[in-house]
Amino acid sequence: MSTLPVISAKNLDLVFQTGDGSVHALSDITLDIEKGEFVSLIGPSGCGKTTLLRVIADLEKPTSGEISVNGTTPEKARLDGAYGYVFQQAALFPWRTIAKNVALPLEIMGLPAEERTSRIKRNLDLVNLTGFEKKFPWQLSGGMQQRASIARALAVEPDMLLMDEPFGALDEIVRDHLNAELLKLWATTQKTIVFVTHSIPEAVYLSTKIVVMSPRPGRIHEIIDCDLGADRPLDIRETPEFLKIAHQVRDGLREGHSYDE
Amino acid sequence: MIAMRDFLTGRLVPVLTILVAIVVIWYGAAIGLNGPVIRDFEKRAGETSEGMAFILKTWSQPKPTMPAPHQVAAAFWKYTAGVKLTSNRSLIYHSWVTLSATLLGFALGTALGVVIAISIVHVPALDKSLLPWIITSQTVPILAVAPMIIVLLAAIGVTGLLPKALISTYLSFFPVAVGMVKGLRSPDTLHMDLMRTYSASRAQVLWKLRIPASVPFFFASIKVAIAASLIGAIVGELPTGAVAGIGSKLLAGSYYSQTIDIFAALIAGSICAILLVTLVDITGRLVERRMGAKT
Repeated sequence: MSTLPVISAKNLDLVFQTGDGSVHALSDITLDIEKGEFVSLIGPSGCGKTTLLRVIADLEKPTSGEISVNGTTPEKARLDGAYGYVFQQAALFPWRTIAKNVALPLEIMGLPAEERTSRIKRNLDLVNLTGFEKKFPWQLSGGMQQRASIARALAVEPDMLLMDEPFGALDEIVRDHLNAELLKLWATTQKTIVFVTHSIPEAVYLSTKIVVMSPRPGRIHEIIDCDLGADRPLDIRETPEFLKIAHQVRDGLREGHSYDE
Repeated sequence: MIAMRDFLTGRLVPVLTILVAIVVIWYGAAIGLNGPVIRDFEKRAGETSEGMAFILKTWSQPKPTMPAPHQVAAAFWKYTAGVKLTSNRSLIYHSWVTLSATLLGFALGTALGVVIAISIVHVPALDKSLLPWIITSQTVPILAVAPMIIVLLAAIGVTGLLPKALISTYLSFFPVAVGMVKGLRSPDTLHMDLMRTYSASRAQVLWKLRIPASVPFFFASIKVAIAASLIGAIVGELPTGAVAGIGSKLLAGSYYSQTIDIFAALIAGSICAILLVTLVDITGRLVERRMGAKT
């Protein structure tokens, strides 16, 4: 592992000015993420986990504090195509076929046609969507749409994936399946992944590091290492090691007043 | 078979029902409106007719106040199928004159409307400064503006098709501009954020997101615009003593109290409008199907 973290935030603060006063979305966030890590941000709604991800992606600007991505500013990293972003919804363009949707970022990057075709094929294959190239999004199930959006993010070939509750809207059976696929993908591609979730089992199953956040103001309560090893079959979730970490995360959330009304 | 039955009960029967109702009311109105004239005539001639004979008289006047449907239909048939296409009496010829002005004006108006909408969406200052003027432009009665446009353009040597087309443009750019502003702004935050993660330029956002997203709005707008263009072209023919076009037929008809001819010209105008709107509708459906719309 390199000594320089891929993402480094120091004393990050973000205050939203809204019609009825200000909202303290992020407070004093200090966090380092190393290359190749799988980091989950977990916490109840309003804890700033999505906001933090959006700051990393340069979709929001922090009010104060420092943040570097790939050793530079988030804006420069975004312009360099440092990351692929997967949203809560698939956000496919309804007028484009699945292949054309994956092609979208490649067209914007100005890649030549042959390169686009080979990347589309490779990445749709990676998420098991070969054969669906010519389908329109509405002809696919929610899980397949989300897989297409992951293929779209991967096609950019970024070193980093930023995922904002990508499986939050899917049922548990599909979610389990996609979690396993995502782990496999992470193991083969060695990408750095920052993953927002509000599911404890999902966070523990996927991550090497779990960042427990708490609300009002949004802050980091605790960072838990999750050393279950690289090989994680789905039934690892019944092992004592797994349950121990899950328990730790739940305790962290409770201490952070996540369960208060 | 099922599709056919759906078409019959779903589209044809309701439309025909209304048509029959209109024709019945129309015949009734012809009796009511032409009756007094006939009574007056008979009083002076010292005759009276009752019942069916009287009703038939109201439906067969040469210059009735309200022509009966069959009189209009006969005139319409005579001036379309009964004369040569190039004849000055042919309604098809006059329709074509009006349609060419309509189509030119519509093309100009649509282009202008789209350009205005793209400018408004990209330059915030224009949103505040231009939109009120655009709305004001449509509150001016077209019947008052049309002669001025024609006269002013004639003064600088522009005559013929273009002045009429410009009145069509004046009426048709508005729905396109307003509809397209809405359409170009229709992409949701999620898609805009997605384009930002790709560091897409404004031009790329326009071509790859805003314009495709605005297509349904575009077709809804041009459906209104093409009907407005036709009205613009007809109105443009009215005040100038134009020698050809549906507007000139309406004007000539009213000079000589040839009400039957006026109605026949009106029917020709309506058929043009139906054809144009249907054409836009079909094009819209084809484009949206190509863009993956559920059918």
